[in-house]
Amino acid sequence: MNILVCVKRVPDTGAKMILTADNQAVDSKNLGFTVSPHEECAEEEAVRQVEEHGGSSWILTLGPEEAGEQLQEGLALGMDEAVLLNNNGEEWDPRSTSLAITEAVQKIAEEGTSFDVLLFGNEAADSGDFQVGVRVANALDLPVVTGVKDLSFTGDTAVAKRESSDGWEVYQVPLPAVFTVKEGINIPRYPSLRGRMQARRQEIKRITPKKQPGGLKKIRLRIPEEEDGGAEVLGEGPEVSSKVVDLFQDIGVV
Amino acid sequence: MIIAIIEHDRGTLHNASLEMLTVARALAADRDTSLAALLIGESGREIVKTLGAYGVPVAYLAVDDSLEDYAPRAWAESALAVMDQENVEVVLAAGTDRGHEVLAHVASLADLPLAANCLEVKLDDERCRVTRQRWGGSLLEEAELRGETYLLSIAPHLIPAEETPLDGEVEIREFQPSFSDRAFRVQVTGREQDEKAGISLTDARVVIGGGRGVGGAEGFTALEELADLLDGAVGGSRVATNNGWRPHKDQIGQTGNRIAPDLYIACGISGAIQHMVGCQGAKNILAINTDPQAPIMEKADYVVVGDLHEVVPAIVDEVKQRKR
Ligand SMILES: Cc1cc2nc3c(=O)[nH]c(=O)nc-3n(C[C@H](O)[C@H](O)[C@H](O)COP(=O)(O)OP(=O)(O)OC[C@H]3O[C@@H](n4cnc5c(N)ncnc54)[C@H](O)[C@@H]3O)c2cc1C
Ligand SMILES: Nc1ncnc2c1ncn2[C@@H]1O[C@H](COP(=O)(O)O)[C@@H](O)[C@H]1O
Repeated sequence: MNILVCVKRVPDTGAKMILTADNQAVDSKNLGFTVSPHEECAEEEAVRQVEEHGGSSWILTLGPEEAGEQLQEGLALGMDEAVLLNNNGEEWDPRSTSLAITEAVQKIAEEGTSFDVLLFGNEAADSGDFQVGVRVANALDLPVVTGVKDLSFTGDTAVAKRESSDGWEVYQVPLPAVFTVKEGINIPRYPSLRGRMQARRQEIKRITPKKQPGGLKKIRLRIPEEEDGGAEVLGEGPEVSSKVVDLFQDIGVV
Repeated sequence: MIIAIIEHDRGTLHNASLEMLTVARALAADRDTSLAALLIGESGREIVKTLGAYGVPVAYLAVDDSLEDYAPRAWAESALAVMDQENVEVVLAAGTDRGHEVLAHVASLADLPLAANCLEVKLDDERCRVTRQRWGGSLLEEAELRGETYLLSIAPHLIPAEETPLDGEVEIREFQPSFSDRAFRVQVTGREQDEKAGISLTDARVVIGGGRGVGGAEGFTALEELADLLDGAVGGSRVATNNGWRPHKDQIGQTGNRIAPDLYIACGISGAIQHMVGCQGAKNILAINTDPQAPIMEKADYVVVGDLHEVVPAIVDEVKQRKR
C-alpha cells in the first residue's frame, strides 16, 4: 500500500498574531514553522498503515525551499520519501495548489509509484480553504471522504468514520481513494533521535510545479478587533476561593 | 439568482443554514435578484415550512430514491443541475463539515472559486469581495473571487439567524437530477451512536479546561469534581489531548471544539491563539495560572494567580459549603 500525505508549512504563531507591514502575511521573523495538527496526524496515520499493510509512505509539500524542514519532520517520523514542489514562497490559491499537487501525483505515477491512499488535512492551518483534498480527488477521479477521524483498510476497501452530532458516520469506499483527516484520528509519536539523524541525510525529490491561475485572490489580512477590557485579578492562591465562588454566584452558575 | 444549499440530516435542519440565510437574503436584496433554497432528498420537504419563516420564496427539492442518506458528490451534482438551468450568481452553504465538502465538490466539478468561512460579502457586476476567516478566525482575510459563479460558505456562530416570514407559501420546484456514475461512490453506509456521557462541551453552560499545568490524566479528577458541582463539562488544550490525558473530542480550539459557555475556567493553560479562538464565544473567562505573565492573564476576564492543584480543590470545597 502506497500512501501520500500532503502538508503545508505555516508559521507557529504563539500567543499573538503580528502582520507584516504590507498586511500580506503573518510576520514570521521570530517564529518557528510547523504544519497543521490535522496534517501531523495524517503523517502518523500513513506511517502506522504502512507498518500494518506494507508499502511506502510519501510526504509532499508545495512551499518555499525551507519547507524541506517540514518534509524532514515527516521522514523523521518514519516516512519513506519526500517531495518538494518549490513555489518560491509565494502563496498559491486552492485551485493552483490542487492542480500542482495533481500533476505531481501523475508524474510520480509515471515514474512507477501509484498511490492507493492520498491523505490531506481537513483544512490548512493558515488559509483554511477546506477544498484542496476534494479538488485533487476529483481531478484524479478518485472517491474522497473528508473530516475522517478513523480509518481502516481490508483488501481494496477502506472504512472511514467521521464524527456527527451524536456519534459516527461510516463510509465505505474502494481504493484508491482520498481522505482528508482531522486531529484525533491518532496521537502522533515523537520522532526518535535516530529518525531525525537519518532524515537529515535523506534526499528530497523535487518536481517543478507549473502555476495555473487561481480564482481566489488575497487582498490583505487583518487582525480581528478584540474587546480589551483587561482582566480583573481576583487574588493569589487558594485563599481566593470565596471570591471565586462569589463570582460564580454573580454569573449565576451556582 | 442566489442559491442557498440547506443542510439537513435526514430531515433535521442544521441551524447554521439559517444563519447563512441572513447573508443570502441580504445579497439577493442588494443585487435585486431572486433567492432560492436547495433541499436535497425527499426528507428535505419537511423543512420547506421553516424556510418560509426565514424569507425564502422558492425551494428547489432534489428527489431520487438514492438520496435517502447523505452523499456529498450527489449533493453537489444536485446543485450543479440547478446552476445549469438558472443564471446563478452565488451559491452559499453553511461553513460546516458538510457545507464545505459539498461546495468543494461543486468548485472542482465546475472549476469555480470557493471562499470558505466568510463573514461579509460584497457583490457587484464585476467581482465578489469577501472578508473571511483564516487560522480558525484568529485572522481575517479580505479576498476577491473571480469566476462565473461565486461559491461561499458562511462562518457559523457569528451571524444571527433572523426570522422574516414570507407573505405567501414557499414555491416548491421539485426535480430529479441526472446523476453521474460517481455521484454515490461515497455515501453514508452506516452510523454508530455514542453512548451519551453527560453534558456536551459545546452545549455546556460551564466548561472547565485543563492544560499542561494539570500535569497528567489524574490531575483532571479535581476539574471533573468541580464540573460535576457546576453541571459543567471538562475540556482541555491540545497539550492535554496530545499527551493522552483527555480524548481529542475534549479539545478546545482551532482543531478542536468551539465552546460558548457562560463561564470558562482555564486551568494551567497559557492562552495560545489557537486555543483562545475556541473559547471566543465564552461570556466570562476565569484563568488559573501560576505565571502572572502568561498571555491568558491578559485575555481572560478574571484571573487567579496560583497553583491549580491548590486553587481548584479550594474552590470545590467552597462550592460544596455554599450548596449545603
Ligand atoms: C494550527 C494549530 C492548531 C492548534 N490547535 C489547537 C487547539 O485546537 N487547541 C489548543 O489548545 N491548542 C492548539 N494548538 C496548540 C497551541 O498553539 C498551544 O501549543 C497549546 O494550546 C498550549 O497548551 P497549554 O496552554 O496547555 O500549554 P502551555 O502553553 O505549555 O501552557 C501551560 C500553562 O500552564 C501554567 N502552569 C503550569 N503549571 C501550573 C500549575 N500547577 N497551576 C497553574 N498553572 C500552571 C504555565 O504557567 C503555562 O501558562 C494549535 C497549534 C497550531 C499550530
Ligand atoms: N501548499 C500545500 N502543499 C501541500 N499540501 C497542501 C498545500 N496547501 C494545502 N494542502 C493540503 O490540503 C489540505 C487542505 O487545505 P485547504 O484546502 O487550503 O484548507 C491541507 O491540510 C493540506 O493537506
